[in-house]
Amino acid sequence: MIPSSATHLKSASGRSLSPSREAFDASWQPVFSVLLGLSRVAGANSCEFFLERRNHVSLLVENGKVTSVSPSLSLGGGVRVFRGTTDCYVSTHDVSYAGLKWALDKALSILGLSTPDGSRLLPEVNLEPLRDYGALRSKNAWLGQCPNIAESAEALMRVNAAVAKQTAHLESAMTSTFRDWQEVLVASSDGIFARDVRLTQSFVAQVSCVDGAHRASLGERRGDSANPKFLFTLPEEEIVSSLAHSAGAMLRADFVQSGKFPIVMANRFGGVIFHEACGHLLETTQVEKKTTPFLDSMGELIANEAVTAWDEGVTENAFGTLDMDDEGMPAQRTLLIENGRLRNFISDRTGQMRTGHPRTGSGRRQNYTFAAASRMRNTYIAGGKSTPDELIASMDRGLYCKRMGGGSVGATGEFNFGVSEAYLVEKGKITKPVKGATLIGDAKDILMQISMCANDTELAPGFCGSVSGSIYVTVGQPHIKVDAITVGGR
Amino acid sequence: MTNLHQKPTNIQEIAARTRAMAATLGIEKFDVVGAATEESTVQVNEGKPQQMRASKRNSVTVRVWNREGLTGIASTNTLDDQGIRTALLLAKETSAYGNAEAKVDFSPEAKDTLAHSTAPRTSGPPEPGMSEMLASLLAAEAQVVAGHPAIRSLPYNALTQKTLERFYINSDGAAREEASSYLSTYLYTRAEQEGRKPRSAGLSEVATSLDGLALPALAGKVIEKTISYLDYKRINSGTYTVAFSGEAFLSLLEAFSNMFNAQNVLDKQSLSSEEDLGKPFASPLLSLNDNALHAANKLPHGFDGEGTPTRDVTILDKGVLRTFLHSAGTAKRMNTRPTGHANMGAKVTVGSHFWNVQRGEAPKAERLLESESSVVLVDEVHSLHAGVNALQGSFSVPFSGWIFENGNRVSIESATVAGDFRALLKAICFVEESAEHTPMGVCPRVWVDGLSITSETDS
Repeated sequence: MIPSSATHLKSASGRSLSPSREAFDASWQPVFSVLLGLSRVAGANSCEFFLERRNHVSLLVENGKVTSVSPSLSLGGGVRVFRGTTDCYVSTHDVSYAGLKWALDKALSILGLSTPDGSRLLPEVNLEPLRDYGALRSKNAWLGQCPNIAESAEALMRVNAAVAKQTAHLESAMTSTFRDWQEVLVASSDGIFARDVRLTQSFVAQVSCVDGAHRASLGERRGDSANPKFLFTLPEEEIVSSLAHSAGAMLRADFVQSGKFPIVMANRFGGVIFHEACGHLLETTQVEKKTTPFLDSMGELIANEAVTAWDEGVTENAFGTLDMDDEGMPAQRTLLIENGRLRNFISDRTGQMRTGHPRTGSGRRQNYTFAAASRMRNTYIAGGKSTPDELIASMDRGLYCKRMGGGSVGATGEFNFGVSEAYLVEKGKITKPVKGATLIGDAKDILMQISMCANDTELAPGFCGSVSGSIYVTVGQPHIKVDAITVGGR
Repeated sequence: MTNLHQKPTNIQEIAARTRAMAATLGIEKFDVVGAATEESTVQVNEGKPQQMRASKRNSVTVRVWNREGLTGIASTNTLDDQGIRTALLLAKETSAYGNAEAKVDFSPEAKDTLAHSTAPRTSGPPEPGMSEMLASLLAAEAQVVAGHPAIRSLPYNALTQKTLERFYINSDGAAREEASSYLSTYLYTRAEQEGRKPRSAGLSEVATSLDGLALPALAGKVIEKTISYLDYKRINSGTYTVAFSGEAFLSLLEAFSNMFNAQNVLDKQSLSSEEDLGKPFASPLLSLNDNALHAANKLPHGFDGEGTPTRDVTILDKGVLRTFLHSAGTAKRMNTRPTGHANMGAKVTVGSHFWNVQRGEAPKAERLLESESSVVLVDEVHSLHAGVNALQGSFSVPFSGWIFENGNRVSIESATVAGDFRALLKAICFVEESAEHTPMGVCPRVWVDGLSITSETDS
């Protein structure tokens, strides 16, 4: 018999449909076997459930005082149903059997399908035994190993005091952290039944300085995806002295003169250029919409031969690392560009279905209210053979972009991003600081302009907003030289 | 687990359960802000449904006062007894870290009569259904793509129907609730011309019904706008008089809104200070209000996250700074009354509702773009998150727009406009009479002297 409400708590095979409320474990298997079976009988081509439990806390210290402690708990789930290549995603905060059945019925009805009435015996979908990534590396114990609020506040206060002490003309100093613990469960009609536990943590120090009419504001972020004690392992002195030095340099900087000239971009967060200018355009969501200029470029030269680039989910502790994606596929290492030639797109289940590009373990989403989409993880340009000094020395007149702000790419492939710390380069030497620079260009053109890569690739944490919400990612690169780029300024 | 799908949000029932639960936990003073949302979205691609989505979401934030008068908060999306109990306990725990130097209290206006109120919803979501939404969006896509040979696709589009119920209650007896239901859409084209870079243009709209959204008319405007961006020409980098469209000016204003935000001022995270009050802050040609209840606001709401009624607030009067936007806490610290702009949180934040930019002093003479030479009309500014430094005041952002030359309007190739927003406010040289209506607010075109424009193709 088809269980139709919370009062029918056994499947046709007699298994309980009242799973554990405390954990996503094997007790959920009968629920999904039945619901996936219903979707199949209704005529869906495929169906996937995603459950998520979240425990998030953030702390903020401003000018030596704790000003915000903000815990947040959530629980919810969603179901994605495909009829042909058309899909529908329905999410709910109610993860009881009845709640999930409601979501399934809603999704089916939107696609013009319906579950049969309650008199038929239905086959249940066979799922693999629970593939539990939470059992790896003691991940199930991570939440309990994280610092408590008092310990976190103490760490933030310590760095805040150090920033205040070392920064001249300080207007305000902020230090903040968040700890985001997430338990996810995926079950789909191709038999996937997998669970993961994730722990993402971030630390930010930010300063604002004012001296008369001169202002500067700069920040530094660090992140981690695997170490519960992350907050205690920060290179505090390095962060503090770097911020104090940069703020001091930028406070009285002149505005950069606009124009088109060569630049050298620093490693770490400098990788945002590749993320915006190329990474997004290699996601199959862009292939589906035909909004990428690289649509038919597989195997072709799309970048300077100095460029080799990766997107992967495996670098230990990196912000975009995950053991499985939000569709239950194990993490992969995906070669995007090899010596300038396009080798792979970033693809998820839908991307493979609609574009033919094989899945790369890149189905990601912000939370249970979003359907997964092909998204980046840790994305970076591989190191080359030059040294950073050689890149600087190669410019007669140009710009050294030491610290980057955010960026974006539009529907036409044009991108831009802000530079928060920059210096003029004259006759091969770094000279004076300049502010107000924005780098603007066209993705297809700029990749050919990356002529030199140094040997110092490093990664940096960031956030990426796109069709499936805001997710944790890593950007990265070595120092790179771009032969010509438009710099917006005064 | 409780099945909440069949029940509309019952604020009185939540209030009663929270009160009872708080009593068992020894919590005497608390308030709760919450929302229940139902949402349906359709997207299309090349004449087919691309993705359809539906969701039901709850969210509740509880704030608890401890015996020292310090506050702690916690948020949850689980409204059953266990969820509320957990949230209250967490909030009580975090109250130990409340900020003793910025103690907050209930808003003194949390029980005042509202100027605007909407009844809570008692039945299911209103029409239209998903199939009607889908058919409407498919028709709009077909209309746009057929509108000009250069328009290849409408890659970014969506039509969303949303029903929102929100409430505020506190242990002092305040209880407010309101509901709203609306539709929103955005349509963004991709156009290509031989030998030129692709162009994109689009519009968004909000209405309380599908008819009110007038998708065919909106699609017509999107076509017209896209065509106007074609046949672009290079502009020389340099300094120009720039007229900002209402949408472009409001986008920049919102990006720099810390200058009108009392919490940011107190935190020294603002371009303004208390000393600026009562002084000239912008050109006398400009006046600025924020008004959640403005007649053009299709999403009015009657109270903020602390239960304070919203109202029409004059921020700039002929260029003079009259007030900041306040929460109950910032108002108390600045010895004024709250303005209804609070968002509940561990640290209460302040945010705008619906801007109303108006002409201040009358200009010496009217000006017409069509009569000007070398005036740039910035239609849309892009990538503000990358090109705005809200604490320095500087911006350098790409834009779409035109240059007016001897009465002719010419589309501009990729370029950026840069400046300092405080200086921009003082350099306003003309404010047009008639206002544009946008989802962010109402605003006429605002003309500014001496802004830097950089052309992408300059070398």
